[in-house]
Amino acid sequence: MSPLRRRILFGAPLAVAVAGGAGFYTILRRMQSDQYDPHALPSPLIGKRPPSFALPGINGAAGFSNADLLAPAKPMLVNWFASWCAPCQEEAQMLQTLASQGVTIWGIAYEDQPPDLAAYLQKYGNPYARIATDVSGLTAINWGVYGVPETYFIDKAGIVRLRYAGALTDEVVQTRLKPLFEQYS
Amino acid sequence: MIPELGHFCLAMAVAIACAQGVVGIAGPTLKDPRALAAAPLLTLLHFTAISLSFLALAWAGVVSDFTVENIADFSSAQTPLLYRITGIWGNHDGSILLWCLILSLCGTAVALGGRQLPASLRARVLGVLGLVSCGFLLFTLAVSNPFTRIWPPPLDGAGMNPILQDPGLAFHPPVLYTGYVGFSVAFAFAIAALIEGRIDAAWGRWVRPWALLSWCFLTAGITLGSWWSYYTLGWGGYWFWDPVENAALLPWLTGTALLHCAIVVEKRESLKAWTVLLAIATFSLSLSGTFLVRSGILNSVHSFAAAPDQGLFILVLLAITIGGSLLLFAFRAPVLAGSGIYAPISRESALILNNIFLCAIAAVVFTGTLYPPFVDLLFGIQLSVGAPFFNQTVLPLAGPIILAMGVGPMLRWKRADLLPVLQRLWLAGAVAVLVLIILTATKHLIAALGLAGGAWVVCSALTDLAERTRLFRVPLGDALGRFFGLPRAAIGAALGHIGFGVSVIGIAAMTLAVQKVVVLKPGQSTMLGGYSWMLDDIHDAPGPDYTQRVADITLSDDGKAFMVLHPTRRFFTSQHVITSDAAIRTNGFQDIYADFADEEDGGAELRLNRHPGAPEIWFGGLIMALGGAFSLSDRRLRVGAPFRKRVPGGATV
Repeated sequence: MSPLRRRILFGAPLAVAVAGGAGFYTILRRMQSDQYDPHALPSPLIGKRPPSFALPGINGAAGFSNADLLAPAKPMLVNWFASWCAPCQEEAQMLQTLASQGVTIWGIAYEDQPPDLAAYLQKYGNPYARIATDVSGLTAINWGVYGVPETYFIDKAGIVRLRYAGALTDEVVQTRLKPLFEQYS
Repeated sequence: MIPELGHFCLAMAVAIACAQGVVGIAGPTLKDPRALAAAPLLTLLHFTAISLSFLALAWAGVVSDFTVENIADFSSAQTPLLYRITGIWGNHDGSILLWCLILSLCGTAVALGGRQLPASLRARVLGVLGLVSCGFLLFTLAVSNPFTRIWPPPLDGAGMNPILQDPGLAFHPPVLYTGYVGFSVAFAFAIAALIEGRIDAAWGRWVRPWALLSWCFLTAGITLGSWWSYYTLGWGGYWFWDPVENAALLPWLTGTALLHCAIVVEKRESLKAWTVLLAIATFSLSLSGTFLVRSGILNSVHSFAAAPDQGLFILVLLAITIGGSLLLFAFRAPVLAGSGIYAPISRESALILNNIFLCAIAAVVFTGTLYPPFVDLLFGIQLSVGAPFFNQTVLPLAGPIILAMGVGPMLRWKRADLLPVLQRLWLAGAVAVLVLIILTATKHLIAALGLAGGAWVVCSALTDLAERTRLFRVPLGDALGRFFGLPRAAIGAALGHIGFGVSVIGIAAMTLAVQKVVVLKPGQSTMLGGYSWMLDDIHDAPGPDYTQRVADITLSDDGKAFMVLHPTRRFFTSQHVITSDAAIRTNGFQDIYADFADEEDGGAELRLNRHPGAPEIWFGGLIMALGGAFSLSDRRLRVGAPFRKRVPGGATV
């Protein structure tokens, strides 16, 4: 091996480390400016409209379909929930607060039975302007729902801008949802 | 008062470590005997200061001094004494102090135990350790101070996470950290050698015990961690390819490679630059493993929430340590020329093969762990890399290692013949093939291959020992005599290989595990793994700082009850945390595992598992660690160099 090649070879580990370090530095900076969240669950829906679906409401009431989400009057939330899900019960209060502040929230009940659902809404309140029921769970798969509760922010053009997996908290509302409402109103 | 003293000692430790670094590295160049003598002394002082600081924090924990934020956040007056102490390293700030304590302990061990080292090499090694320690102590002091005070103090602390209140987890971090940090000594030796510009057999002999010691701890630490997650998380799994687990596995892989190629340096003065690179890489991976997972970059179930400014500080420290050492390597390593010559089939070549495959596995794990954040950075694609990727890539690479492991130790140095070695291994080969044929019939190919591979490794290591003792060729008494006359390093190596084989057997057998999630009401039963599992009753039971619900499960085989299990769900009222305590019964070869996951409408959601071979996974890990420890007790390593007079770097200054 020529001396030059030997030198280049011995410098290779350094080059790898420098490249890695630069990458980590960039990632850290993006984390600090909230452009990157390593814990975010990737959602294929971001930047797109929800896939087509048409779901019934509770006990024969009208549900809604993707057509109803095409052009909302103002930015809104679609909240996936279920009566059997404990974090959803914790989240209920936060949804009530948001609804009382004038935020439009539509709910989709995931793999739930109408009687259970009615009891749940009775007990924890109903913040939803409209409710659809996805009894089979097929629509959830098309949306890429990871688990309930899950909240989608939809802008006036009907495009999904944010997916948040997990119960909404004060912090999430302040840091994630509020800027979006300001941006897209 | 005491916490302030601890804080002060921490600040002193930074200054002393800095002095140790400067004096240690500059001393040999200045050729000042006072500087050379000062380095070990400063190391002892440095250790004393950190110990006092750590004791102060432990004291604050024991007396529940809630003016210390760290104690108030992670302990409470009700926490049992053991966990008030171990809780110190159960959180981010305290665990870094423990990390620094162990680092200074390593330095002290070199200062005290390295008396036969040439003074200049010892000073340089201590200097490197001092500089590393100084950096991380500065980090502790500046952005991750465990002595931060709050006023007014809360009446009671927030309490400890109940999941962490477990003896397995209490002792897992110190063992694992000792493994991580121990590689700092091999690293310091490598840097010192690069500065001196020479490496010889004696260097290999000095580095190996340190690498071996930390490898033992790392092996034990990983084993403990895996066992803990198995019995406490209730998932019945033992390895999840989580970034934090991978962070521990990576230095283990490169450390194992280092262990093997340091033998080549010691015996044959070859592979010098590669060994140095491995020593640097192993410690760099240990550092990244400890700190990168805390920066929040990697998505992990292990939550060590750290602020982003800490992340930046860590990155700068890592850049200086890793980048600096690799820069030194790029400039100085080309002068390290090997002198040993060997044939393609020889012990050296076998060890190179081992290194290639171990490093290939490390590269795959490394890539898989870092792929998601980097692909997002470069291409804006969000994805996750999970167990399927790692299983599919690591298993094919482990195959050649397993095959070569049986043959390698029996090859001679310089030039060997493969055929006679293979002839001596006919029995091991026959056992492996037999296992393969029997299990292929059950249509579990992966399990069959794994079990055959494990059997091959164990049998060939036993054959190696039998050959060395000439068992069955000389009378038994003579063979026993020969056995006790064997170098302990040889027995340790065989034990290490046997342990690995046993682990492989366990992992392969676990692929035959059966599991089921059922909701049963009292009186109902279900069939799994050939047994009938009957839920007899669900009832309340008292606990010290929790209430619990217990499920009574009776297992019967052909109508005969043979085992009763009591998995429980515990409700920690003060923290609003529910944990499940799985019931595990083992007979040494198989685990019966029941977890009480949830309770609804008078029925219990149970996760029932039958895990063949599960205990072998951890037995294997322990045997490996024991093999390493046994090898460490070898007189040759303890006493040091027969070449004591012919030391490198001009020992007399």
